[in-house]
Amino acid sequence: MNNPLVTPEIGLIVWTTITFLILLFLLTKFAWKPILNAVKQREENIEEALKAADRAKKEMEALKADNEKLLNEARVERDAMLKDARETKDKIIAEAKEKANQEADRIIQDAREAIKHEKMAAITELKNQVAELSIEIAEKILNEELSKEEKQKAMLENFVKDINLN
Amino acid sequence: MKNFRIAYLLILSVFMFASVGTKANDEEHGVKEKVHEVVEHIEEAEERFNPVPVIMHHVTDAHEWHLWGEGEHSVTIPLPVILWTDKGLVTFMSSAFHHDDNGHHVVEKNGMRFVKVHEKIYQLNEGETAAKFNEEHLIENGFKQLDFSITKNVAAMLIAAILLLFIFGKMGSYYKNNGPVAPKGIASFLEPVVVFVRDEIALVNIGEKKHAKFLPYLLTVFFFIWIGNLLGLLPGGANLTGNIAVTLTLSVFTMLIVNLNGNKDYWGHIFWMPGAPVPVKFILAPIELVGIFAKPFALMVRLFANITAGHIVILSLISLIFIFKSVAMGAVSVPFALFISVLELLVAFLQAFIFTMLSALFIGMAVQEHH
Repeated sequence: MNNPLVTPEIGLIVWTTITFLILLFLLTKFAWKPILNAVKQREENIEEALKAADRAKKEMEALKADNEKLLNEARVERDAMLKDARETKDKIIAEAKEKANQEADRIIQDAREAIKHEKMAAITELKNQVAELSIEIAEKILNEELSKEEKQKAMLENFVKDINLN
Repeated sequence: MKNFRIAYLLILSVFMFASVGTKANDEEHGVKEKVHEVVEHIEEAEERFNPVPVIMHHVTDAHEWHLWGEGEHSVTIPLPVILWTDKGLVTFMSSAFHHDDNGHHVVEKNGMRFVKVHEKIYQLNEGETAAKFNEEHLIENGFKQLDFSITKNVAAMLIAAILLLFIFGKMGSYYKNNGPVAPKGIASFLEPVVVFVRDEIALVNIGEKKHAKFLPYLLTVFFFIWIGNLLGLLPGGANLTGNIAVTLTLSVFTMLIVNLNGNKDYWGHIFWMPGAPVPVKFILAPIELVGIFAKPFALMVRLFANITAGHIVILSLISLIFIFKSVAMGAVSVPFALFISVLELLVAFLQAFIFTMLSALFIGMAVQEHH
């Protein structure tokens, strides 16, 4: 054990102990605690920030989903309204058409009746005129026919011939 | 990916440990053997350069910080010598020995005479004026006193501590002043390492609930070893974390923390292994008891051996130049030494990681809640 390499010297042991203990104390107080605290706090901050970002993302997503839902609802509502409007329009048009048809029918009917009336009146008038004209013609013819004696006689004879002497 | 990386580092470390382990277990023997191999090639050389004292001088502790030069012409940084003697505390600068390490120069202080032999300071017996040696080159007329000198390693350790306090104090105040903001400057480089120790070492091995209590110790021990390893790799740096006294102290800290925090289950597993047949329980108890000391012992040896071995390998490669007395050898050994140095940068981190990792593992085993 005289080899200086493997013979621990008491002096160096004492100095190492003293130095190491002082170093341990001072470094713990002035270095390790602030450093480790800062590192830990920073890690917590980062974690917190990441969590907050995550939360914000989730909120955004929820908001987006809400928006989407609202948009969808609005779209559905709009579609319903459009459909309603279209139906109403169709109904109105249909009604109007029907009314118009009815009116037209009525007018046609009236017209037809009026035409019929007019026609009847015209026919009656025509008949009357024809009758008058016939009478006039007959009168004229009679006048013409009976203007001569022989004719009057002929006619009389004719009448007489016709009268049956039974 | 991360797990894969850790596994890779572990495999590498096992390889490193295995490759240097034989030397580490009996350092001097290993070094001698290695040098012997090298020396075989230059049997014919008349004047042999013996790298062993040089290497040993570099990897062991010293009372002065040697920079360059030999013997009397050495340029060193003198460090204070502090001795606890029968007559109280004696202090003087190591320069008083005038770079002598063979017991020739006697320093007189407070009526006591001191000599330095192989970086050990001996007090000569009353009345003796010069050191006498026996055949085994051991001092006959002197004895050792308690030596609390600021040695090279102590000085390196203080530098490491000041660096750590400066760097992490600055980093700590940055967070204190700015709150939990993004790291900047040195903090951005070291924060991932701190988080790595927390997440990959403490959290994984000790668990969510109890890791916070042991985190300051694990962080301190990790960065202390790491910076000690790195400072040791600097040219002229001290082999701080490759000194057995330092690794012993650190592993004793781990041992104390593990056993002082051991819960009922931990002690139950040691003295009365649950689930084992009764005779086996009796066999397991002494094994587990030895394990209490074997675990920190392994920690101590692993760090010491890995770091010292790295230094020895680099120094041996450089020594080749002087053994062969050829500049051309430099073309071979310098790139090799560079390669090993870069590898040592990895080992510096790796050994800090392994020491901390295993400490955390042992702590985790002691505080774990069993069902």
